[in-house]
This record gives sequence, structure tokens and C-alpha cells, in this order.
Amino acid sequence: MKNKYYLKFTGKYLLRVVTLLIAVSVVSFILVSLSPVDPVQQYVGAVPNVSVEQRAKIAEYWGLNDPPVQRFLAWAGSVLHGDFGVSLLYRRPVLDIIAEKFTASLALMMTAWLFSGILGFGTGCAMGMFHGKWPDKILKKLCLVMCSIPTFWIGIVFLMVFSVGLGWFPMGMSVPQGVPAEKVTILQRIHHLILPALTLSFLSFANVALHTREKLVDVLESDYVLFAEARGETKWSVLKRHGFRNILLPAVTMQFGSFSELFGGSVLAENVFSYPGLGAAASAAGMNSDVPLLLGITLFSALFVFAGNMLANIIYGIVDPQIREGYRNE
Amino acid sequence: MKRQPVLSVEDLSVSFRMYDTGLEQADLQVISNLTLDVCPGEIVAIAGSSGSGKSLLAHAVMGLLPGNASVTGKILYKGMLLSQKEKEKLRGKEIALVPQSVSYLDPLMTVGAQVTGRTPDEKTLKAQKEIFQRFHLKEGTEKLYPFQLSGGMARRILVSTAVLSNAQIILADEPTPGLDLEMAVEALKIFRELADEGKSVLLITHDIDLAFHIADRVAVFYAGTTVEIADAEDFQKGPKALRHPYSKALWEALPQNGFKPIPGFQPYAKDLPKGCLFSPRCPYKTEECEKEIPMTKVRGGYVRCIHAD
Ligand SMILES: Nc1ncnc2c1ncn2[C@@H]1O[C@H](COP(=O)(O)OP(=O)(O)O)[C@@H](O)[C@H]1O
Ligand code: SF4
Ligand SMILES: [Mg+2]
Repeated sequence: MKNKYYLKFTGKYLLRVVTLLIAVSVVSFILVSLSPVDPVQQYVGAVPNVSVEQRAKIAEYWGLNDPPVQRFLAWAGSVLHGDFGVSLLYRRPVLDIIAEKFTASLALMMTAWLFSGILGFGTGCAMGMFHGKWPDKILKKLCLVMCSIPTFWIGIVFLMVFSVGLGWFPMGMSVPQGVPAEKVTILQRIHHLILPALTLSFLSFANVALHTREKLVDVLESDYVLFAEARGETKWSVLKRHGFRNILLPAVTMQFGSFSELFGGSVLAENVFSYPGLGAAASAAGMNSDVPLLLGITLFSALFVFAGNMLANIIYGIVDPQIREGYRNE
Repeated sequence: MKRQPVLSVEDLSVSFRMYDTGLEQADLQVISNLTLDVCPGEIVAIAGSSGSGKSLLAHAVMGLLPGNASVTGKILYKGMLLSQKEKEKLRGKEIALVPQSVSYLDPLMTVGAQVTGRTPDEKTLKAQKEIFQRFHLKEGTEKLYPFQLSGGMARRILVSTAVLSNAQIILADEPTPGLDLEMAVEALKIFRELADEGKSVLLITHDIDLAFHIADRVAVFYAGTTVEIADAEDFQKGPKALRHPYSKALWEALPQNGFKPIPGFQPYAKDLPKGCLFSPRCPYKTEECEKEIPMTKVRGGYVRCIHAD
């Protein structure tokens, strides 16, 4: 019974992820094929004296003259064998680059994610509790303003104020320049991480706070909170026993569902701070028509977002009794 | 009955501050000059169509009205005027509410945790078991979540919270719909037993004919006010024993009395008529009826009608 359920559950997700990856591959391949940037030109770049014949040879070698469908099938075939090709930009296997850049990005994204999740939730709770009173009004206005500030702009402002003006933080990168990798301390890494992480969490902090506020206000106006008060529960007890219980679930779901915004934001934040992560690599690959890398990153990010959504669903299933019991009876 | 009422509501009015389109502010008077009391050992049934302010009265007594409500008039508990703070202290201990529907249970918390409260002791748990048994709630019901309850089960659980609280006053907001006749009678019997033990019950109900049989007095609500308060016997006897045209009409509208509906609609709080709130539907209306109508004593009951005799 239980095993059967897990089997069904896993099967469903496998099917979904496979269709998702196929769809993403096809669409991104079409988009890349339509790109006006000539990969050969990008590859050859500033090197002078590359003859027309040499260019043609490169194009031939890459299979650029083949029809798109054939090219797609060739690419998809090797991907199925675990070969994502070699990045034109970095001249190393795509998977190695993704692994390396993702590690750097993960530190950044997770810091920002925890930061906005925890602080946003706390701020949202405070706003909800003071609903309609001045602390709520002030915080709400602040959050609305934060929501409408673009990530790259706030990144530049942070850089100007805290790095250029006050000199508290480095200008960019993830490690100090000129220091060998093995000599970089964890503190130095954290020091480099703070501003980009703040920038990245800026927008989602406000979103999480506003969302939490709405939910808490709804819950506090609900019939069951009224009845809890009628049974003599104090405001604080109501918040602890009914408030958190009922807003935590949507908050966690939203938090795991926000992986796509997180990834999108990291592209901007990493570029502003020259932070060598996956986001920066993605835009570099795009600008330079590094097709293998671009496709690899696209697939990877789709997987990343999918994992977030799947986690959200699983957590929902564990926490929400209605869904949990529903699964059990399926 | 010369006993001192445990709860008296005097001249209660409740209005909601509403914002119409734009910034225009309108006060919506939903309860007007309502007067009512209940003595120890007594069940007072409250009858009235939906929207007549029955639930709001219960919420007002417990200090549970939303922030945009303004309240005038007095609410006294054992002769003591209740402030909001005191209401908060009394609720759940001296005054218990049996709410209207399953939506009053936290969807993510088991029934047991809600019935027995934060830190139940042995005694409470034992009492809960007994009460559940009395209501034919199977063992294990306390481990269920609200969405797993049938309408009837939810209703019985809501009633059992009030029974368990040991409160002096029980405000039961339509505790019987969704129960079959047997269960409804059972629930009402429990209220009767509680009253016989010396508790006071305000029983808001649609099952008026059931209520007539177990209540001591009946208060008829119309458009946010009491139009008649009289012994339950009078309601069993019929229109001749009643005083207000609306009470009589309500009686005639009962299925066993011919199902005769009253023409017209209960006025909405936004445009209440001048003077008697029932006047737009009253066949006996005269010019006098447009003045303020007080509650007067007629044949041992109270009525808000100048032409009652
Ligand atoms: N929070 C509120 N704001 C404005 N109007 C309300 C509010 N709550 C109830 N009312 C209005 O008050 C009137 C009485 O409601 P209620 O006491 O729930 O009636 P019932 O007798 O059916 O229990 C209704 O017309 C309802 O629309
Ligand atoms: S006061 Fe007048 S209008 Fe109102 S119920 Fe009595 S007779 Fe009818
Ligand atoms: Mg009601």
C-alpha cells in the first residue's frame, strides 16, 4: 500500500521531469538557433588573420552547416550519454564548468534565500500582528518600495555606498585578487559574499514579508481564530498555536517555489558584482554564443527550479494533514 | 422568576464603520437597542431569520467583534458591567461559545487539541472522553482533523467544547442544523441538563419548534433588535398568546402551522425604516409606529409594538 504509493509518486515526478527537460531542450535549442550572433566569429574573437577557409572548417567541425534537426539530435544524443560538450568560452567540459560555478552560486543563492526567507517571514509576522497600526503601515510602505526596485540597480547602489564610499566590502569577485585559491580563508569568502547576497535577497525579502503579512491577516480574521479567542486563548497563544501553523505552510511552499526568481536574480546580482557563479556564466555564454554551455546551464537551471517545486510539494504533503491523509487513502 | 440574571444585555447597539466607494464612510447599524437577559438555570432561545443579528449578539457579549465595530449599551455579568478586558478574562471560563460551523475549527489542528486546550490535565482528558462518549463520538475522534468530520460530528464537537469549559453561560449559535432529529434532540437535552444544573444557555436556533419545547423563554429577533421576549409556553400555545405581529407571523410560517410566509423582506442595515423596524411589513401599522418604539410589558412578556395588547 505504502510502497505502491511511493512508486506512483516517484513515477509521476520522473515523468514530469523528463517531459520538462525535453521541452526545455527543444525550446532553448530553437532560440539559440535563431540567435543572430555567429558562434564562429565569437570563437575566433579578436584573433586576427583567421582565414575564411579556417572559419568554414570550424563551422564544419561543429556541424553548423547541418540542418537544425540533425544538430539537435546529435546534441541530444551525446547529452543522453552524459556528454554536454565543451564550452567555447572556457574551453573545458560544460559539466565541469557548471559544477564549479554552481558551487559558487549555491553559496550566494542559499545565503540570500535563507536571509530573505527568515527575515521576510519575521517581518511579515510583525506586520500581520500590527495589522493596520503604524508599525505595519511603515513596514508595508517600505516593502512596497523595495518590491519596485530593480535588483541590478540596488546592487550598484550597494556597491557605490558600501564598497566605493565606505570601503566596507570588496568591489566584486568571490575571492581576493592575487591570492592563490588554497590560501583564501572562509572569512574572506563570506566578506565577498555579503553584498551580492544582500542584493539578491532584497526583492524576495519584500515579497516574502508582504505575502506572510497577507496570510497572517487572513488567518487572524478567520473563524477559527475567533473561536480560539472565544475559548480564552490569548493573542500570543493564538499566534503560536494557530497563526504560525497556518501560515508556515504557504510560506515554505512559496520559499521553495521561489528558486526560479532566485536563479533569475543571481544572473543580475552576479553580473553587477562580477561574482563568478552560474548566473554570470549564463549571461557570458549568451553574449558569446557559447551554445553548449548555454544549453547546459538552461537544462541545469530547469532541473534546479523543478527540484525546488518538488520539495515544496513534498513538504506540503508532509505538513498538511488534508493532503497527507489524501495520499494515504489514494 | 425573581432571580437575578447572570447576563443582561441592555440597550445594546452595534454598528460597523464601512467605507463605501471612495472615502465616504457609512455607519452600518446592525443591532439596535437590543435588550435581553438570562437567569441561572434558564434557557433563553433566540429566534429570528438569518441576518437579524443573532451571531453578532453572541460575539458582542464575548468581546469578539472586529475592530471596525462600535458598541453602545451595557452588558452585565452577575450585575457587573463588563469592559472589553473583563470579557476577555471571562471568555472560555465563565462564558463559552458554541460556534455556528466547522469553519470555527483550525483546519491544521486535531480536534482533541482544540477541545481540551493548550495543556490538558488528566481530569480534562477524562472529561473530554466522557463528553465525547455522551455525544456518540467514537474513540479516536480526538485525533481527527476538521476536514475528516461529518457535519453532525463537527457540530457535536463544537457543543462538547462548551460543555467541557464548565462555563456559567453558554452561547450556542445554531447548534442543531446538520444533526438528525435524534441527535438534535440529544444536543438540546444536554443543554437542558446543563441548565438544570444551574447554568444559563442562550440558544440561537432555527429549529424553533424544538427550541419552544426545551427553552424557558424565547426572544424573537428582527432586524437587529428584540421584538418580543416571552415564556416558551406562549409560543407553544400560538398566535393568541403572542404579542408582536412578527412573532405571530413567525409562528404561522412554521410547517405544522400552515407554512404561511410573511410577505416582504427584513430591511437591510443600510436603510432601516423610521420607528418600528417591522413597520414596512406590518398590516397594523399606523402613523404612530414611525416614532421610537420602546419595549413594554404586556401580559407578562415584553414586546416592542405600540399596538400590542
Ligand atoms: N464584520 C461585519 N461587517 C459588516 N457587517 C456585518 C459584519 N458581520 C455581520 N454583519 C452584518 O450584520 C447582520 C447580522 O449578522 P449576524 O449576526 O451574523 O446574523 P444572524 O442572525 O444570521 O446570525 C448581517 O446583516 C450581516 O451582514
Ligand atoms: S409598532 Fe406598529 S408597525 Fe410595529 S409591529 Fe407594532 S403595529 Fe406593527
Ligand atoms: Mg448567525
